[in-house]
Amino acid sequence: MDWSAFSLSIQLAFGTLLVLLPMGLLVGRWLARTQFKGRAWLEAAILLPLVLPPTVMGYYLLVVVGGGSPVGQWLQNTWGVSLAFNFSGLLLASVLFNIPFMFQPIQRAFESIPNNLNEAAQVSGLSRWAIFTTVELPLAWPGIVSAMVLTFVHTLGEFGVVLMIGGSIPGETRTLAISIYDSVQSFDLQAAHQMSLALLIFSLVAVATSLLLSGRRMRTVKRAV
Amino acid sequence: MFKAIGCTLLLLWTGFAQAGTATVAAAATLRYALDEIAPQFRQSTGHTVKVAYGSSGNFYSQIKQGAPFDVFLSADMAFPQKLVAEKLARPPVHAYAEGRLVLLVPNKSPLKADGSLQDLAAALKDGRLSKLAIANPSVAPYGMRAREALMHAGLWESIQPCLVVGENISQATQFASSGAAQAGLVALSLAVSPQLVSHTRFERVPRQWHQPLRQGMVLIQAANPAAQAFYDYLKTAPAQAVLKKYGYDEPVAQ
Repeated sequence: MDWSAFSLSIQLAFGTLLVLLPMGLLVGRWLARTQFKGRAWLEAAILLPLVLPPTVMGYYLLVVVGGGSPVGQWLQNTWGVSLAFNFSGLLLASVLFNIPFMFQPIQRAFESIPNNLNEAAQVSGLSRWAIFTTVELPLAWPGIVSAMVLTFVHTLGEFGVVLMIGGSIPGETRTLAISIYDSVQSFDLQAAHQMSLALLIFSLVAVATSLLLSGRRMRTVKRAV
Repeated sequence: MFKAIGCTLLLLWTGFAQAGTATVAAAATLRYALDEIAPQFRQSTGHTVKVAYGSSGNFYSQIKQGAPFDVFLSADMAFPQKLVAEKLARPPVHAYAEGRLVLLVPNKSPLKADGSLQDLAAALKDGRLSKLAIANPSVAPYGMRAREALMHAGLWESIQPCLVVGENISQATQFASSGAAQAGLVALSLAVSPQLVSHTRFERVPRQWHQPLRQGMVLIQAANPAAQAFYDYLKTAPAQAVLKKYGYDEPVAQ
């Protein structure tokens, strides 16, 4: 078991959650409530990481933030940061390719809240913030939980982009998925087996738990409504 | 007595106070040899190394993109020389080892481990060969040398439909050793590893059939003292002994 890869993957997954959750709540709720022209294009752009090969995103990330690019040079010269082949670069990539996993379930969750509940809350004189925290958030909670779980597990499992912009540096960019690939290449099938099994069981338990949680929550919500 | 202990502790302390970590980009052919050299290096210098293995061509483009490596151990001389020419690495490029190409076949393969490739040619004709693994010739030096050897044997054109190409030499070796391919043109340094000898056989391909597999190393511009120490350590007798154990020859002077 490659523990440094394991802890790196966990850090990456939590980092991604931390960055993406506030964005998901903002954008997801906004998309659920607002109609405007060009909305289909925006939603398509959000879904893009689901359908694109990871190599496409890896390629564009390298082109945009790699050391040889104008943006990369600007980042390096002005801020002294480099995003290619280090943890911050991985985090950026991870945030981008998890956008649909975070945004979609949250948007659906906010869409499923009946409008009359909102109106009732407004008539009762609740402030917008109070409506958000006491009415919308608890009702959308199952969707938010599944968005978080999906994002977390998907980060642990992402391979292609990480390989392209990470470069498999131990302790810096060698995540669990990359470490498994490396073990197979070095004929260390024992290690590959252990890590694969651990990842498989963890992912299964995480997704099943989120389904159970959101299912139970859904039923209580339905009863309450 | 206490003075001696004190002195040792002080030495250790000053040693470790300056200890650093070098990030090494190493050709996949070095996998087992470096795994053995790295702990020796730590013991004798106090520095540690983090090693990433891959194809030399891939590392070359990653370093150009700004990958934070300190030392580049290539499987050829050309990629490090290109980095020096582009002012991304410090001259000189030092040849630290000379590798060999072997024909590796898994024990259950219908092919003979015949380094002259005559049995390979026969197997191609009579249908015993369905897949031959090589490393990607556009990024992996061992893949380039495998292509040259196949050209020399006059097989390059006819064997095309049977080729499976690994991203680096380690992956190509894995294709062949797992039996997914009936044979592979791979690195001697991997073929002699304990993980492989139990279920594969190999024979050396004549070295005149391809360009020399002289492997060069270079320090990247931003290299730290630990990287310099590792660069120097690879030239020492203990490190060279490990390389020899994995089938590397001392590079002949150009």
